[in-house]
Amino acid sequence: MPPLDLLPLAASESNLLAAREQMAFTLGFHIVLSCIGVALPATMLVANYVGLKKGDERALELAKRWSKAMAVTFAVGAVTGTVLSFEFGLLWPQFEHRFGSVFGVAFAIEGIFFFVEAIFLAIYIYGWKRLKPWAHFWSGVPMVVTGIGGAFSVVAANAWMNQPQGFTLDAAGKVVDVEPLKVLFNPATGYETAHMILAAYMVVGFLVASIYAVGMLKGRRDRLHRLGLIIPLTIACIATPIQLFVGDTAARGVADHQPAKFAAMECIQETGTDQTEYVGGICTDDGVEGAIGIPGLDSFLVGWDTDTKVIGLNSIPDDEEPPAHTMLHLAFDAMVGIGTALLGLAAWFAFVWWKRREIPRTPWFLRAVSVSGAAAIVALWCGWIVTEVGRQPWIVQGYMRTSEAVTEADGIWFSFALVLLLYAGLGTGAILVLRAMSRRWREQGAEKVESPYAPHSEEVA
Amino acid sequence: MSKADAAAAILWVGATFYALFGGADFGGGLWDLVAGGPERGQRPRDVIQRSLTPVWEANHVWLIFVLVVLWTAFPPAFSAIFTTLYVPIALAALGIVLRGAGFAFRKSIVGLRERRAMGATFAVSSVLTPFFMGTVVGAIAAGNVPAEGNGDAFSSWLQPLPLSIGAMFVASGAYLAAVFLVGDARRGGDAEMERYFERRALGAALVAGALAIAGLVALHSEARYVFDRLTAEGLPLVILSLLCGVALLAVLVRGGRRPLRPLAAGAVVAVIWGWGVAQFPYLLPTSLRIDQAAAPDATMTIVFIVFAVAAVVVLPSLGLLYTLAQKDLLEADH
Repeated sequence: MPPLDLLPLAASESNLLAAREQMAFTLGFHIVLSCIGVALPATMLVANYVGLKKGDERALELAKRWSKAMAVTFAVGAVTGTVLSFEFGLLWPQFEHRFGSVFGVAFAIEGIFFFVEAIFLAIYIYGWKRLKPWAHFWSGVPMVVTGIGGAFSVVAANAWMNQPQGFTLDAAGKVVDVEPLKVLFNPATGYETAHMILAAYMVVGFLVASIYAVGMLKGRRDRLHRLGLIIPLTIACIATPIQLFVGDTAARGVADHQPAKFAAMECIQETGTDQTEYVGGICTDDGVEGAIGIPGLDSFLVGWDTDTKVIGLNSIPDDEEPPAHTMLHLAFDAMVGIGTALLGLAAWFAFVWWKRREIPRTPWFLRAVSVSGAAAIVALWCGWIVTEVGRQPWIVQGYMRTSEAVTEADGIWFSFALVLLLYAGLGTGAILVLRAMSRRWREQGAEKVESPYAPHSEEVA
Repeated sequence: MSKADAAAAILWVGATFYALFGGADFGGGLWDLVAGGPERGQRPRDVIQRSLTPVWEANHVWLIFVLVVLWTAFPPAFSAIFTTLYVPIALAALGIVLRGAGFAFRKSIVGLRERRAMGATFAVSSVLTPFFMGTVVGAIAAGNVPAEGNGDAFSSWLQPLPLSIGAMFVASGAYLAAVFLVGDARRGGDAEMERYFERRALGAALVAGALAIAGLVALHSEARYVFDRLTAEGLPLVILSLLCGVALLAVLVRGGRRPLRPLAAGAVVAVIWGWGVAQFPYLLPTSLRIDQAAAPDATMTIVFIVFAVAAVVVLPSLGLLYTLAQKDLLEADH
């Protein structure tokens, strides 16, 4: 009776899909909030510094507003981050069982960074009225360090999943020895962590700038809006060119370390030299349809020579091939395309600033900035899709399949549906609260607006 | 002490901090829930909110700490617990999401109706979250989590012992919170609120005590190993907890102005370490010992280093924050 034999398999495959969807969704949601936690403190402190140094009340007002907005996103991010740590056990218990002792170290370190950031965010928010101005400024600096440190640790754990090393298995596959430094500093750590930290600065820079660009398009062209656009946009414009360089290094790293992922994201079917670089298109087993092909460029980008041999999907065993080649390819292209467009925006801003010390006058510039935040987030998501889906079917490249890691528990589709509903509420709530705060700022000023962690406004005012 | 035992001790330290600060935080939510209508409940709610607000996040990071240490230092125990008790764990996580949302949004919302809805979400999840966490602890103590995991998803925790431990978690959080809030009201010079929370501390202490006795009875029938050790090796700690509890009741009844917090904290800490001693040397009584679940030595070393760094960096920062927050409470009245 074959159907009976197939049933449990079908059930576990359905579980796997549900668990992967839930993980992808919750990670995608959390990553945006993480970016804010990583990069907004620095943005805020630049405004704070400008405010103190030049006695600029408007800049101080911005720093105050951003700290209160960050309190909201941080509180929501703490929740979605806690959910992720539960999901490690609820969705992927066998992953923890086998490798928790290896990569858990990275999360233990991240825990400290997060803890310290949470404490100093509260101190900074309390400090507006309780600390002397420069002491208050310095009380914000730990957040910049912990944001970067936290991002480094978490992404190092992800890099380890792509490039596992630093552990010894016995005959039964049990971890018997761990070398924590090798785990943390695996071959993918350098490019993955740098890529993510820069991405955080790009997302926050463009996102915050886009909010003020929208305000300026609505005719609010006061100093506050100009500063609110210039400060974050400058940060993003510094991060963007570095990011293109780091991203390029990352792609070559993937080509070396994870040829299956690279082949899928570049739609390379046959192993060989002189590979064509495809832009866009649909990947099929017979080749790419509807793409713009640049002969030899792919090989050239991988090894600076069109004679560079690049592995194609035909060399990868069928059961080790990533799924959804077209999606991977388009996600990769979208990320690179958006990054390049943002580089163009950065160059435009830099050029006009250099020439005239002001932002470009045409409304088209403000329009471009006002969509840049959303574009940066889309690029961020696309990058994570390439990293995570491109590693499939592995959860730990070469050592453990995602299907071996998934829980046997029932009801994952149900929990996924519930998570969708909850997070829809959480996202809507966060946006409504932030919009309401911004409306009240315009009407009453930052002093009067309450936020999480902050003392009662009637007490401070 | 082996490295594994030391790591287990660190796990317990994290759990202790979470029970004290996270527990009091949940308790604050409970008192918020039962404070009555918007007008009558306004003053106690203000005291609660002022005392929770600055330290909210920090209180809950201890949970992450416990989870991470558990999966890093004792991976098989982590997966066994999560594959068996996923129902109460998922419900606790749901509570955490709702609570966090309530906390993040309620202060920033202006409309009274939305504010009340968020407040209610915050308060209801403040009761459900510790309850389900308690059932997880109770199910572990009862020996219902098999070492290989995938135990029964429902009968493992829908039993008298786990359910009564769940109720005890809620009650002891309420007890801690009421005692902490007495202190905050005192420092704020609000005599009326001081008495208000004193009465509630007394009530919660009695309920928590009664639930502890019920828990002991359930322990006797469902978790013999833990019961036997709790009444032998763990007996000094049980007595200590009892003494703290009785002393606190005496102070409350006589209405003195003696410090209450150390006594309340002592009662709770003694119970947690009594539970630890009673389980020893098992993480999952009686199927998984600490040494069987332990990660390799190098991992344990990193856990110790992380713990030491946390002690050196996190505790002084927390101290600074608590000081700033208390300063705020003081200045609010002048």
